[in-house]
Amino acid sequence: MNKNVLICGVGGQGTVLASKLLASAHMRLGNVVHSAETIGMAQRGGSVTSHVRIGNEAHSPLIPLGKADVIMAFEPAEAVRSIDYLKDDGIVIVNSVPVKPTTESLHDTGYDGTVMIEYLKKVCKHLVVVDAGELCASLGSDRYFNVAVLGVLVGTKKLDIDEETVVAEIKERVNARFVETNLKALHIGIETGGKYEVK
Amino acid sequence: MRQEYVMGNGAIALGALVAGVNVVSGYPGTPSSEIIETIAKHSNKDVHVEWSVNEKAALEVAASGAYAGARTLVTMKQVGLNVAADPLMSLAYVGVKGGMVIVSADDPGPISSQTEQDTRAFAEFARIPVFDPSSPEEAYEMIQDAFDYSEKYQTPVLFRPTTRVCHAYASIEVPEEYKVKEYEGFVKDSGKWVIFPRLSYMNHAKIEKRNVEIGEDFSNYRFNTVEVKDDKASKKAVITSGISYAYTKEFLQYHKDVKLIRIATAHPFPESFLLEALEGVDEVLCIEELSPYIEGQVLRIAGKHHLSLKVYGKLTGHVPASGENNANMVEGVICRFIGMKVCKGLEREEKPALPVRPPVLCAGCPHRASFYAVKKAMKGKKSYFCGDIGCYTLGNAMPLDMVDTCLCMGAGITMAQGFHWVDKEGTCFAFVGDSTFFASGMTGVVNAVYNNADMILCVLDNSTTAMTGHQPHPGTGLNMMGQFVDKVSIPKVLEGIGVKKIVTVNPLDLNAAIKAVEECAALDGVKAIIFKSPCIAIEKSDKKAAISDKCIQCKKCIKEIGCPALCVTDGKVTIDTNLCTGCGLCSQICPVNAIGGGSNE
Repeated sequence: MNKNVLICGVGGQGTVLASKLLASAHMRLGNVVHSAETIGMAQRGGSVTSHVRIGNEAHSPLIPLGKADVIMAFEPAEAVRSIDYLKDDGIVIVNSVPVKPTTESLHDTGYDGTVMIEYLKKVCKHLVVVDAGELCASLGSDRYFNVAVLGVLVGTKKLDIDEETVVAEIKERVNARFVETNLKALHIGIETGGKYEVK
Repeated sequence: MRQEYVMGNGAIALGALVAGVNVVSGYPGTPSSEIIETIAKHSNKDVHVEWSVNEKAALEVAASGAYAGARTLVTMKQVGLNVAADPLMSLAYVGVKGGMVIVSADDPGPISSQTEQDTRAFAEFARIPVFDPSSPEEAYEMIQDAFDYSEKYQTPVLFRPTTRVCHAYASIEVPEEYKVKEYEGFVKDSGKWVIFPRLSYMNHAKIEKRNVEIGEDFSNYRFNTVEVKDDKASKKAVITSGISYAYTKEFLQYHKDVKLIRIATAHPFPESFLLEALEGVDEVLCIEELSPYIEGQVLRIAGKHHLSLKVYGKLTGHVPASGENNANMVEGVICRFIGMKVCKGLEREEKPALPVRPPVLCAGCPHRASFYAVKKAMKGKKSYFCGDIGCYTLGNAMPLDMVDTCLCMGAGITMAQGFHWVDKEGTCFAFVGDSTFFASGMTGVVNAVYNNADMILCVLDNSTTAMTGHQPHPGTGLNMMGQFVDKVSIPKVLEGIGVKKIVTVNPLDLNAAIKAVEECAALDGVKAIIFKSPCIAIEKSDKKAAISDKCIQCKKCIKEIGCPALCVTDGKVTIDTNLCTGCGLCSQICPVNAIGGGSNE
């Protein structure tokens, strides 16, 4: 299997944990995995991306444009920013809740994410829009969105990965105090994703 | 053996541990910082590991270790190699006994650096070997080879990964435990270890002769490779190195009728290897990042051996001269080279205008308060604000706009003095972080006192090296061996140097901070203000500010400090409680006392 997953968002949204869990879950299944993260200056409120590449045809640590099977976007504009990575028939899973840049408070452009979602609806053959607030409502904090959205991806069955494998990774990699809530987040995500199963 | 899924920097660290490294030193710098952190995490106490005060110190610590026969590793980013250049250039002449590898991580782009310099060219300048891995897996193997070559030829060697190798993750197989090398110890021999002009002259001749031998040795090196389909004689070849090899491979794995030559040891150049690889080839495309180093070598060799060879690359404009490469760009240049149609990307409807997300100081960052205090105190007065390297370079962003210059580590302190000598009317400020102060700021203060300069030094002391991932430093009281040590006191250092006026203030107490600046600005000579408050990313706070209905929507808080936690929602000023740390700065700015709930309440 050769699959490419691009995870994008804004520094601080927890994209790195989602990428680590996805990569290690695939390794648990015996796949060759490579990944790459944005580190450094860009983390301070900037756009961040994680590239997860599964299979032995991946040489570049970054996914080439037009080769991503999946884009998991934690923020609407970040999905659009990364859209050139998407394959023609790739799937985009996007959070509709925007993160306004600091500059927005200084110069109001009215950015609220809706234009981005409209654009994605036009250009994506497979689009799953989730609302982080709704998805995480029963979890007490949007902080668990990273694991919930990973659940959505698992639920779509786009990546040949099952719930048990991700559960095992969460138990191994997440701080014990947060395991229970993260498992709940994963489950909620999988249920949501199941509605969008990609045939 | 067990599998570890590690970052390229982790792979380098684990490879060094497998090689039995005894002493590891370095200075933090993206993209190299995680090497030392991984060593500290995985090694037992047999390995000495330290964050040195700067790269020069790190290299010198490792040099004497290698004189004693120990295996030593030094890590830094490429600009750090400039700081370490003085000892390195001389060490190249003296040589070592134990294996010594200097990792200098290059940053094509540049993504988080001041320069796009090329460590391969530095290796040629210093006349020492350099290794250039193309993936984390390869870096793990190659760093072990680097130690062997260093010991075999008794020379320090450079190892230069680039950002995309350092920050890529891959799975590697590592042993359950690591054993350090057993070494003889230092054998006194002043004719060998004390550098004098005569010794340098003799060693220079030996080095030039040796480099020819190393070039031959490298001609059989396992990571200098040729890949060609079915032994079919191809008239066209791509020559590449480092991460560009990975990009090339990404495309050529499906188009194998082009010969793929990879140079993993750019200096001393594996000439025989290249000559053999070029047999039957009449056109080559050189794909590399930073300088056209390999391209220059290919041209040199083609000239030397009268090869009938067309050489394309950066020098001919076939490959971009600057910036980083990527898989799509590489695919494009190869397609043009072999006469294939360049595959156009998917054509999608034009994107809507995207919000810009420049990096900013975190919500609650004490640096914001320090800059703001100086800005308020100096309003309307002619001032120079010299910045430095660290998170606080972001003080240049609007609305603070408090960084006029930024050049290199520690430069702000000395540049503030230069401004004073060309303009006696202006007040000259230097902003420096605590880690940068220790790395290369102290000598600048001595320079100011000695030369009777007039300046205000602002040490933004957040008790960590924040930008590179919170490494400890001499002021933190903790070292990489996990020991609690005496903190080096910044005020005492300044006092010892002879700075007469030293004030320590909490920047989040806005009035006190402004008063300290005004007080210093009224005095002549060298003054220092230590703005002391911990990095908000380390000292987490549960406090939150809250806006009451007294708010008159003047937006002064937003316009003055640009904190990411202050936003406008439906036309009203609101606080993003996910980001707010309750630092209280905004509540001190509000003209109608409408913001409460922070530390000021």
